[in-house]
Amino acid sequence: MIPTIPQSRAFKSIYAGYITLFFIYLAAPLVVVSVFAFNDSLFPSLPWNGFTLDWFFGDTAPRKGLFHEEPILESIGVSVFVALMVTTLSVFVGTCNAFLFERENFPFKNVLYILMLLPLVIPGIILGISILVFSNTIANAVENLIGWDWEILRPGLFLVVLGQFSFITTIATLVISARLRKFDLTLEEAAMNLGASKWHAVRTITLPYLRPAMIGAGLIAFLMSFENFNTTLMLVGSDAPLTITMFDRLREGSTPVLNAVSLFLMIVSGMLALVNVMMQREKQ
Amino acid sequence: MTGHNHFRLGLVLLMAPLLIWLLSLIFIPHIDMLFLSLSEKVAPRVYETGLSNYAAFFNEPLYWNTFARTAVMSILATFLTLLIGFPVSYYIAKMVRGRVRAFLFIMCMIPFWVSELVRTFGWMILLRETGVISSFLVFTGLSEGPVELLYNDVTIMVGLVYTSMLFMVVPLVTTLDSLDDSLVEAGYDLGGNGLRVLRKVIIPHAMPGIVSGCIVVFMLSLGNYLTPVLLGGKDSMWFTEQIYTQFITRFNWEQGAAFGFLLLILSSLIVWGGLKITRQTLSNTMG
Repeated sequence: MIPTIPQSRAFKSIYAGYITLFFIYLAAPLVVVSVFAFNDSLFPSLPWNGFTLDWFFGDTAPRKGLFHEEPILESIGVSVFVALMVTTLSVFVGTCNAFLFERENFPFKNVLYILMLLPLVIPGIILGISILVFSNTIANAVENLIGWDWEILRPGLFLVVLGQFSFITTIATLVISARLRKFDLTLEEAAMNLGASKWHAVRTITLPYLRPAMIGAGLIAFLMSFENFNTTLMLVGSDAPLTITMFDRLREGSTPVLNAVSLFLMIVSGMLALVNVMMQREKQ
Repeated sequence: MTGHNHFRLGLVLLMAPLLIWLLSLIFIPHIDMLFLSLSEKVAPRVYETGLSNYAAFFNEPLYWNTFARTAVMSILATFLTLLIGFPVSYYIAKMVRGRVRAFLFIMCMIPFWVSELVRTFGWMILLRETGVISSFLVFTGLSEGPVELLYNDVTIMVGLVYTSMLFMVVPLVTTLDSLDDSLVEAGYDLGGNGLRVLRKVIIPHAMPGIVSGCIVVFMLSLGNYLTPVLLGGKDSMWFTEQIYTQFITRFNWEQGAAFGFLLLILSSLIVWGGLKITRQTLSNTMG
C-alpha cells in the first residue's frame, strides 16, 4: 500500500474517492456557514432568496448587520481585551518557564515539569469550576474577615482571563522551550566574554533569537483565548466575550447575522494562521 | 559567595511565576474543589464533612446513567475518529509527496483554526429540518417531507468526530511518516497481502501515534459541552451539562464539585492508562 507496490485500479479509485469524501466532510460546515451569510432571508436556512450584504451592513431591525449590531460588536471588544491580557501574561510566564526548564537545574525539576503539563489534560470545564470555587472561597474569607466585598473575585472578566491563562501558559511554554532548546549557548558566552553582563547578553542575543517563537506562541495564545468556550462559560459575568454571546444567540435561533460574524471570525483566524505559517517558514 | 547567592536569587525569580501560576490556578483550586465536594449542607449556612454528594451520584440513576453514557459515547467517538482518520493520515503520510502532501495536511488543519462554535453552527445549518441536507433529500425525491436530522445521538457523534479529527490526524501522520517504505515492501516480498502488512507492520509501528491521538480525542469528547448541547438538544444527557446545571442553574456547588471530580478522575485514569499501556510518559507525548 505504498506507491511502489502495484495496486488494482479499483482499490486506487476507491481510496481516492474516500479521501475526497473526507475533505468534503471537513469543508461542508464551513462552506455553508459562509454561504448563508449572504442569503436574503431572515433565517440561516434554505430556500435561497438571493444575494445580500445586509447581514454585514444592514442598519435597521430585523435586518441588522454585523457592523451595526451593538451587542456583538461589544462582545468582540471584550474578547479582544481578554485575549490581549491572556496573550501578554502567558507569553511572559511561558518565556520564564522556558528559561527555567531549559537552563536551570534544581531539585524536583521533573516533577515540576509534569505539573506544568497537567493543565493540558484537565478538561476545560473543570479548570473553570475549580477557579470559580477557589476565588469564591477567597472572596468570602475576605468579606468575613475585613468586611470588603471583593468584586474582582466574583465571576467576570478577571476570572475569565485567569481561567484561560491557566492552560494557555502550558502551550506557550512548550512553543518557546522548543526554540530555546536549539539555541547555541556559545553565542551568549561570547557576548559575556566581550564584557556583557548575563542579563545584558540574554536581552541582546537570546531574546531576539526567541522572538519568532514568542510571536508564534502569542498568536496561538490569542486565538485559543478568543475561541475558548468551556472555561469561559463557567467564569463569565455580565460582560460576555463573543463565544458566549454567539452561543446564547445560537440556542435562541438567530438571523444570518451570526453567519456574518462566523465568516468574519474565519477570515481573522485564517489570517492569523497564515502569519503563523509564514513565520515558521522564515525560521527555517 | 556573592556569586552563589546571586544565582539562587535568579533561580527564585525565574521560578516565581511558575509556582504562582501552578499553585494559585491549578493546585489549590483543585484541593478547594475537593473539600467543597466533601462538604454537605445540614442546615442553612451549616456544613459538615461527608460523602453525601458522591452518594447522591450513585443513588440517582439519572446521574450515573449520564456519566456512563458520556463515557461510552466518548469511547465510540474516539474509535470512529481513529477509523475515519487512519486511512486519511496514511494517504497523507505515504501515498502523496511534496506539494500535494503539504496542501492536504494544511487542508486538514484549517477547520481547527476556526472556533468550535462556528463549526457546530455549520452542522446545525446542514442538519436541521429546514437545513441543506433535508432540503436536498426533498428536492431529489428521496424523502417525502422535511426531515429533522438534529437532536439525536448520531448527530452528536458526527459533531464529536468532526471536532476531534485534527488531534487524531496530526499524531498519526507524524508516526506513519517515520515508517520506512522498505519495511512495507519487505512485508509484501515475504508474501504478505495488504491486510497482513497493515496488521503486522503498519499498525504496530503507528501504535504510539494511535494511542496519543486516542487519549486526546477521548479527553476532549468527555469534556465537550458545545457539541452535545447544540447538536443533541435537550436530551443529549452529557455529563458536563450536569456539572453546568448544578453550578449555574441549581446553585448546588457542592454537588457540582463532586461531579467535576468524578469527571476528572475518569479522564485522568484514561490518560494514565493509555500512557502505561504504551510505556510513554506525559512529557514525551505532549512535548
